[in-house]
Formats: sequence, C-alpha cells, structure tokens
Amino acid sequence: MKIAVCIKQVPDSWAQKKMGADQRLDRESVDAVLNDLDEYAIESALALVEANSPTGEVGEGSGHSITVISMGPERASEALRKALSMGADDAILINDPGLAGSDALATSKVLAQAITAGGYDLVLCGTESTDARMSVIPAMLAERLGFAQLTFAGKVGVSGRTMTITRQTEFGVEEMSADLPAVISVVEKINEPRYPSFKGIMASKKKPLVTQTLSDLGISPSDVGSSAAWSAVKDSLPRPPRGAGIKIVDDGSAGSQLVAFLAERKLV
Amino acid sequence: MSTVLILVDSVGGKVSKSTAELATFGKRIGDVVAVICSSDSAAILPQLNTLSIDKTITCTGVDFEKFSTGAVAAALASVVAKESPAAVLIASSARGKEIAGRLAVRIDSGVITDAIDLDSEIIATQSIFGGSTTVHSIVTHGTPIITMRGNSIEAIAGSGPAGAEDFALTYTDGDRAAVLSLAPAKKSGRPELTEASIIVSGGKGTDGNFTPVEELADALGAAVGASRAATDAGWYPHSFQVGQTGKTVSPQLYIAAGISGAIQHRAGMQTSKTIVAINKDPEAPIFDVADFGVVGDLFAVLPQVRDGVIAKKS
Ligand SMILES: Cc1cc2nc3c(=O)[nH]c(=O)nc-3n(C[C@H](O)[C@H](O)[C@H](O)COP(=O)(O)OP(=O)(O)OC[C@H]3O[C@@H](n4cnc5c(N)ncnc54)[C@H](O)[C@@H]3O)c2cc1C
Repeated sequence: MKIAVCIKQVPDSWAQKKMGADQRLDRESVDAVLNDLDEYAIESALALVEANSPTGEVGEGSGHSITVISMGPERASEALRKALSMGADDAILINDPGLAGSDALATSKVLAQAITAGGYDLVLCGTESTDARMSVIPAMLAERLGFAQLTFAGKVGVSGRTMTITRQTEFGVEEMSADLPAVISVVEKINEPRYPSFKGIMASKKKPLVTQTLSDLGISPSDVGSSAAWSAVKDSLPRPPRGAGIKIVDDGSAGSQLVAFLAERKLV
Repeated sequence: MSTVLILVDSVGGKVSKSTAELATFGKRIGDVVAVICSSDSAAILPQLNTLSIDKTITCTGVDFEKFSTGAVAAALASVVAKESPAAVLIASSARGKEIAGRLAVRIDSGVITDAIDLDSEIIATQSIFGGSTTVHSIVTHGTPIITMRGNSIEAIAGSGPAGAEDFALTYTDGDRAAVLSLAPAKKSGRPELTEASIIVSGGKGTDGNFTPVEELADALGAAVGASRAATDAGWYPHSFQVGQTGKTVSPQLYIAAGISGAIQHRAGMQTSKTIVAINKDPEAPIFDVADFGVVGDLFAVLPQVRDGVIAKKS
C-alpha cells in the first residue's frame, strides 16, 4: 500500500474562535494544533502497515509507505512534524499564497492532484476538521479521484488489495468492501492514537518534509483561492450570548421547580 | 416559476421528518421536485402525499442500497441537468453531506452545509463555532447545493405531488465500494435522535444506569441521547452519541443529566432552543449554556421531574 494521510492544522478546540474582518476564521489569534480527528487516521495507517509488514514495523522494510499531506500555511508543517514523529515516513506541505480563501471544492482539487502526482492507492482521512466541520473532503476526494469511498469506518481490514470496513450509519451496522484504490475516513472509536515517543520525535527531524506550490502541482491560481470559492459569507454576527440561565441547588424540590419552568415555556 | 430539487431522505422505506422540512424550505424558493434515489420507492411515494411537493422524480435502474453515496450524487447530477433547478436541498446527515460534496464536484457548483435557515433569495444561515457566531452565506457559482440541519423549521403540510415521473439511469463509473452486509438498526420505539423535539441525554454521571433517563424521556415523548463517556463505556450504543463525533441535534428542549459539557459534547447540542442541565458539580461547564441548571443528583431529580410531567398530563 502506498498510503497518503490527509491532515489539517486547526485552531485548538478549546480556543474562542471568531471571524476576522475578511469574513474568514481569524487563525492568527488562536493556538494551532493537528486536527485531533486526523490523529485517528494517522494511527490507522500505522496500524495497517504494522499488521502487514514482515518486520511488524513501519518504514523501509515494511513494503508500504505512509505520506502525510496537508494544505496550509508554513506553520502547518508543525502538524506534519507531529505525524512524522508518530511514525509516518514523509510529508508534503502544499503552501502557496494563491490558496488563501480556498473552499472545500478547491481544497479537494489540490489534495486530489497531489495524490495523483504521488501515485498513492490508499487515502486515509479523519471524518471532519474541527474548525470548518463540513465533513465533505473524503467524499469529494473519492469523487475526483474515482477511488472507492469507504467512509466513517469503525474498523478497517485489508486482504491483498481488498479493503473491508465496518461502519455505523443511520441504516444500521454496515460492512463494506472495495478494491484499492480507495479513500477511507475513520471515526474516533477506531483506535487510540499513539503519543510520539522521544525516539520518534528525534527521528522525525530527519524525515523528508517537502513543500509543493500550485505550479509544482500544475494547478492554475485562478482555479483555487478566494476568487474561485463557489460560496461566500455575506455577513457574520456573534450570537448574543445566552442570557444567564437560572441555576438552583437542589433542596429536594428542584424537580418540581424544573417542571414549572418547562410548563412556563410550554415544553410540557 | 423556478424549481427546487429536494432529495427524499428515508431509512428502511420510512420517509424521515427532514424530507418535510426540506419541502417547506424549498417552497420558499419555487416549485418543489422531490427526487427519490432508493429501491423502496413504492413504500416512499404514498408518504409524500401530505407534503408540500409539486412533483416526484423516481430514479430507477441503480441499486442505491448497494453502493455508497457516489451513485446518488451521479443520479442527482442527471436530474439537475434535466430540470435546471434554482437549488438542490439535502438533509444535513453524514450521508447527506457526502452526497452534497460529491454532487458539488460533479456539477462544479458551490455547496453550503449545516444550514439552519434558508430564504427565498437562497441565502443560507449557519450557526458556527459551537453556536457562538451566526453567518449568512450564498453560493456564487453553479446550482446552489445546500444541506439543511434537521429540526430547523416547522414543516408545513401540503397536498402532495401533482405528477410523478420515473427517470431511468445507469451507473457505471466511480464508486466501486459495495455494501456486503447490513444489520439494520434496532427500533427503540422512541423518536429518532435527529428528529426529536425533546431529548434527554445521560452521561458518565449515570454510572451506567440509564433507567431514570429513559423514564423521563418516555414521559416527555422524547428521544434518549448519550455523551461519549457513556457510549465508550458501552452503556448506550454509539448511534445515540451527541456531539462532535456523534449526532448534531437542535431540539426544542435538551436535558443533559450527568454530563459535564465538554466542548465536543456542546458542539452537537448547543443550538438546542432550551437547555436544561442536571449535574452534581456546580462548576460543570454545561451550566454555562444551560437556561435552567440544577446542581443536584440526577437520581433524585429526574424521577421527580418524570412524576411532575406525568401529573401535568393527567
Ligand atoms: C476527538 C474527540 C471527539 C469527541 N467527541 C465527543 C462527542 O461526540 N460527544 C461527546 O459527548 N463527547 C465527545 N468527546 C469527549 C468529551 O471530550 C468528553 O470526554 C465527554 O463528553 C465527557 O462525557 P461526560 O460529560 O458524560 O463525562 P464527564 O466529563 O466525566 O462528566 C460526568 C459529569 O457527571 C456529573 N455527575 C456524576 N454523578 C452525578 C450524579 N449522580 N448526578 C448528577 N451529575 C453527576 C459529574 O459532576 C460530571 O460533570 C470527544 C473527545 C475527543 C477527544
């Protein structure tokens, strides 16, 4: 398997996010971290290779490779380094001033181009980024690449070139399968991502991290970025904070007081 | 008069409440054409007779249950080419968003997800950053594709479609992933989590005993939800998890019992109209978003609420 894991650097989940004057998320004012839902995809890639490697380890002797790919500004290389320290083999940062303001369509176009150029046959993703929360990139990648789509996997297995996943949907528990090439997104129940070891952190410093630009990928700047974003934010307003709610300490009658509150709001 | 396509959403032949909501939003813009991409169309069609739908198009010739969302997106792209609609509206479920994403690539059109409102000019309202910011967005290229979050509108009834068409398709390209087996979700007899107007959720504080949560839910005609701590512990199935990696819900009333209110939990319930929290810890962050908070033991409070609700009804 030649695996690509698509990851994103996002504002820390606990950070107070706000919109900038340009109607985009103000990323400068908040701490940036590796999207935690992508850690499960990195761990899945590592586990898949370890289970199918003659040495039981990732890396050169495994017969497989894991490349982490991110589109983002220079500092997104921190997220890529974290993935390398967990055990991925190499990393690609797609960084170009022309990418600013890209929507999901453009992001998927750029990632798909990098995946095609690298000749990967398995793409792993988290289910969504914790900032934009659209949850469309894995499906868009499958559509653009013509790869099989196996999303929301709670379990992933491989036998030869056939991938099998188990997932929970509104229809029930589904088992799905497809031959490579495939795009798989994994849910957070699938595993417990490993912490980078000291050895892993040291090794990551020597692992290749290359930067690609739009021209490296043969993409015209007019096809991406804010001018090619097919949706636009007209305006944004901070929502008035919820009025301070009522808070009572139970003295034995809290249940009855709550029923009265619900009745007043016509909820019972 | 322009037309709007809505994708009929159904599980096991039962049309979901979100379909009626999509029709209601669609009516603001134009004539509503409901597209059926399901092998259960015979069961689905009669259920559309009370919705505000002007016409149905049933896509035939594709095994939609066997393939994942690529087949539905391909079918919708063909219907878009035929009908030239002003917009395509899809339910904002995990599956709906995937279909929307694939369709957007196919027809090179802008996509907006998780809208909570939509006006006649096709301006969508979204609630982002855990409900702290409201944005208005528009699609600037192609046919707007918008996924609407459930429970965002009171669905209005209509007289059903005046016409029904079949549209024969073949699907050969793209999506080769196939469903090998499906163990259908067990029916709980309670409302669907994403459709319910009231939800009672339990967390780690239940210590595995969901009986008081379920009993209050049943008294209120509510759905039961759970935090990740509760689903991880195996106390409740994952399909009932509310939050970032579970369902996003927006009911009239959300009651959180024994749930601390972690950011990941709040991401899935913060847009609920009224929020009630019951927690032993006065410092629990769930109180920051609660309209009514009780500092107390859920095992004492929930049964009292249940009895009070039952007394009110009789
Ligand atoms: C990638 C990722 C994704 C996640 N996705 C989700 C998600 O989708 N949904 C989700 O819920 N979480 C999610 N989480 C987990 C989240 O961070 C919290 O760990 C989780 O929500 C905690 O669940 P809890 O509130 O039930 O448990 P706790 O945080 O342990 O809180 C239990 C609460 O119960 C109270 N309590 C105890 N006993 C009683 C009693 N007898 N009566 C009243 N109160 C009592 C305690 O005071 C405490 O506040 C995610 C985390 C990560 C890292």
